Amino acid sequence: MDAHALDILQPLLLSLKVALWATAINLVLGVSVAYGLSRWRSGWRDLIDSLLTLPLVLPPTVLGYYLLVLLGRRGTVGAWLDHWGLSPVFTWQGAVIASTLVAFPMIQKAAQAAFENVDTEYEAAARVLGLRGPAIFFRVLLPLASRGITAGALLAFARALGEFGATLMIAGNMPGRTQTLSTAIFAAVQAGDDAGATTLVVVASVTCVVVLLIAGRLAPGRRRR
Amino acid sequence: MSIQVAIRHVAISEHRRFELDVAFATDKRRLVIYGPSGAGKTLTLRGVAGLLRPDHGRIVVNGRILFESDQGVDIPAQDRRCGYLFQDYALFPHLTVAQNIRFGRNAGLRNPSRGGMDDASERWIRALELEAVVRSYPSQLSGGQRQRTALARALAAGPDILLLDEPFSAVDPALRGRLRQELAELQSSLDLPMIVITHDPADADALGDEVLEIRDGRIHRGGA
Repeated sequence: MDAHALDILQPLLLSLKVALWATAINLVLGVSVAYGLSRWRSGWRDLIDSLLTLPLVLPPTVLGYYLLVLLGRRGTVGAWLDHWGLSPVFTWQGAVIASTLVAFPMIQKAAQAAFENVDTEYEAAARVLGLRGPAIFFRVLLPLASRGITAGALLAFARALGEFGATLMIAGNMPGRTQTLSTAIFAAVQAGDDAGATTLVVVASVTCVVVLLIAGRLAPGRRRR
Repeated sequence: MSIQVAIRHVAISEHRRFELDVAFATDKRRLVIYGPSGAGKTLTLRGVAGLLRPDHGRIVVNGRILFESDQGVDIPAQDRRCGYLFQDYALFPHLTVAQNIRFGRNAGLRNPSRGGMDDASERWIRALELEAVVRSYPSQLSGGQRQRTALARALAAGPDILLLDEPFSAVDPALRGRLRQELAELQSSLDLPMIVITHDPADADALGDEVLEIRDGRIHRGGA
């Protein structure tokens, strides 16, 4: 493979890898938090809810800065991680952390709405039929909320795929190591490589269309009342 | 067969404060609680099933204490062995008729498989003539089939008592007479006590060995 193709393939594969990881982590994290919040009746709920929405409204660079302060070598968590040789700064794992944070509200919001939309009679029916909390979650709530969760996961994947600001702050823009599609486009434009930028932009656009097509296929839903 | 219920409960929602204070005891096999909507029928039935925790009181079914606030007894809904027929049946829309009926046969983390079957479920599928629709989803059923599926689901779990919440309100009025008769026949063939709550005097006539009337959260003896 010639060097030019590699310049496109590497960032594309890294973008997909980072977005997949971020979506997978958020599926577990976002769905758990959404489930917890959907049952929690407390005045604190609204505060927690707004705090969790912050990644949606804060500039990604602000999030990136927070992450850097927290996870950098001099940060509280970062110093501890560094001690074990696990510093996420300037690694692709750092990009996963940034994308996960930025895309988190997409899944959490969608899942929470989906859980709250499940008619409470189904849970009551499951209880009188002998099921306890975890069984009710996996057999009733999760399947009935799956459509909303899937929609949220696709949004989260798309958001993670396009992540730029926070990723740049914590993972940098190192070709072959932490350079994603978005940061590669930025680098190409900065370097005056118009042809390279155009190619990358087309690849990014085509990727998004393909993702959307797959999303349309995956979306469950024929059978519902 | 005996049912003793004496519960007090204050339900506060955004729009109203409702006080339930009911006490009744019967040794009849078929008890109908009759009254207008909003009288506290469903709250009472939910209290028996364990879906509602009364503020105070005592619930005993066939000598088994299900709830006794003074002694702190409150058997969870999962262990009360109450077959509950919900007003709109609450059939799980993501499961087939067969899966719905087998739902309570195990309490594990996975739903029954689409192809599997067990003896108890099979028995009720046959008894309620649901063979033709076992692979259908609830959305594809008629009102009568939905009701029979919900009944089969409750019965397959092996309950000690059947609790029916407005069993015919979700079906076509033209069908009600026949379904009422079917239910009466089924019940007499089962060795199961039941409590039916309804706002329809025809249900009370057809299904009640004893009829209690409830209004504004209080039982008025004798009834319809």
